[in-house]
Amino acid sequence: MLNVALPKGRLGERVYAMFDRAGFSCPQLLENTRKLIFENEECAVRYFWVKPSDVAIYVERGAADIGVAGKDILLEYTPDVYELLDLKTGRCKMAVAAPVGFRDDPRRTLRVATKFTNIARDYYLKMGREIDIVHLNGSIEIAPILGLTDVIVDIVETGKTLKENNLEVTQDIVPISARLIANKSGYKFKNSEIMRLVAGLSEQLSKGEAE
Amino acid sequence: MSISSIDLRKEEEAVYRLRDLYQKHGYSQFKMSKFEEYDLYVRNKDFLISDSIITFTDTNGKLLALKPDVTLSIVKHAAVGEGGVEKVYYDENVYRVSSGTHSFREIMQVGIECIGDVDSYCLSEVLILAAKSLRLLSPDSVLDLSDFGLVFDLVNGLEATSDQKKEILKTIGEKNPHDTMRICRKVGVSEEDGAILAELAGLYGEAKLVLPRVHSLLEKKGLSSSLALLEGVLDSLSRAGFSDMVRIDFSVVNHIDYYNGIVFKGFVRGVPTAVLSGGQYDRLMKKMGSASKAVGFAVYLDLLEDMFFEKKNFDLDAVLLYSKDVSSESVERAVQDFVLQNKSVTAQKQIPKRIRYRSLYRVTESGVELLETNA
Repeated sequence: MLNVALPKGRLGERVYAMFDRAGFSCPQLLENTRKLIFENEECAVRYFWVKPSDVAIYVERGAADIGVAGKDILLEYTPDVYELLDLKTGRCKMAVAAPVGFRDDPRRTLRVATKFTNIARDYYLKMGREIDIVHLNGSIEIAPILGLTDVIVDIVETGKTLKENNLEVTQDIVPISARLIANKSGYKFKNSEIMRLVAGLSEQLSKGEAE
Repeated sequence: MSISSIDLRKEEEAVYRLRDLYQKHGYSQFKMSKFEEYDLYVRNKDFLISDSIITFTDTNGKLLALKPDVTLSIVKHAAVGEGGVEKVYYDENVYRVSSGTHSFREIMQVGIECIGDVDSYCLSEVLILAAKSLRLLSPDSVLDLSDFGLVFDLVNGLEATSDQKKEILKTIGEKNPHDTMRICRKVGVSEEDGAILAELAGLYGEAKLVLPRVHSLLEKKGLSSSLALLEGVLDSLSRAGFSDMVRIDFSVVNHIDYYNGIVFKGFVRGVPTAVLSGGQYDRLMKKMGSASKAVGFAVYLDLLEDMFFEKKNFDLDAVLLYSKDVSSESVERAVQDFVLQNKSVTAQKQIPKRIRYRSLYRVTESGVELLETNA
């Protein structure tokens, strides 16, 4: 039985469609119930919906053999897992954004608001820039408007939210997309199932690129 | 006095069996103090899995640390004569921050180190002992093997900065082909070199299935002959009857400043992370000012707790209730009767709340009477 942790929401549903085409079907999954665990004995697969930021924890600790997590989560929490495939969906980027026309004055400490403190710290450490991190859990865009910080480090998908709040991207940090991750021990003991899944998914991905 | 097996916890039993295995192969126990001078760890900070260390000041003002690692202490205290080999095993607790909880934990570790003039025989012996240790823990286990020296040479030969090389090694450890390629493209490494590394990291399986592909990949770089070390070790493991549990996995990477040559990790079904980890660490020896070579491994027994844990329906076989009217001689005799029958028993004046017992008895002057039996 292959245990798969999927992120709740649109991304999870899109990814399940790919798993389905790869031969790991479980139709009840899409029924509108409050159930969180779904099993299809025929395909020897069990899916569960979890909070997107928790997928990596389920996989790292072996409650799931396989999971789908955003690269942002993997960079922020650095779980000890294998990252087998770039699923090329849920694409966005991690970026620095500032009020339009902002000029970074290197003489003073840069104040940065973010949900991703480790990513922000790493990025500025590599640049040798001293920063003061303000950890926020949401509505990050508001921080520079209220003067709480100078800039933000956040996920940018279309840039619409930034624009509406009179912010703009000043630097790209890293491209983000959904990744297929595997527990290191599960990978050894369920290798043939996992490789079958990886092959099924890669085939779809290469077809998608060709189109 | 013999100890009945039920009294020995499974992980304690595992420790004894591992120690017995190492002793039989001529490894002697290395006993060390719980603390070590803090200085030792500061100088080799990157060797440690976590850099948080519990420190305290000794009576003379010296800064000491509760040891977070055993290998460094062994290397420091090892007395190896010219051409000799020191073979030791240890059974120690170490103190580390666990990544999940960000708090200190006491971790039970058993392992061996082989230091000195390490030759191909010593290397094979350590690997065979690693395989035997895994088998001892569980029949369903695998030993992943890599030649880190080879991977290191491939990465080191790339035209990239040392930070970029570390980043590439990290993606190899993640079996992450897309990011290996992304970084290679970013720093201008050729598409072919990137693809070789990405595929090498992704390979996994028994030697006979994987080695032909490894050969053809390395031939492209003219490195096919450098597989000799790995193949030698594989032959030894195969002669010892372990080829079915050995897997080739070039994604086993350790810290580049300390390790070289063969590195390996052991996994047991049902445990989410590696329970055994080791390799050749000649670079650490050199950093610590020794010309010796070294190889060793550690088994993390705390990880096996869940696997070894047996659900018990009962804490005790019998609870004996007695009142203050009963003489203590009668209670003693009743307890003794159960102990002689090899049953666990407690005598209490009232039924203990948190204990699940199989049977409940009342002690009287004339003997015991059964009150209740739980299924």
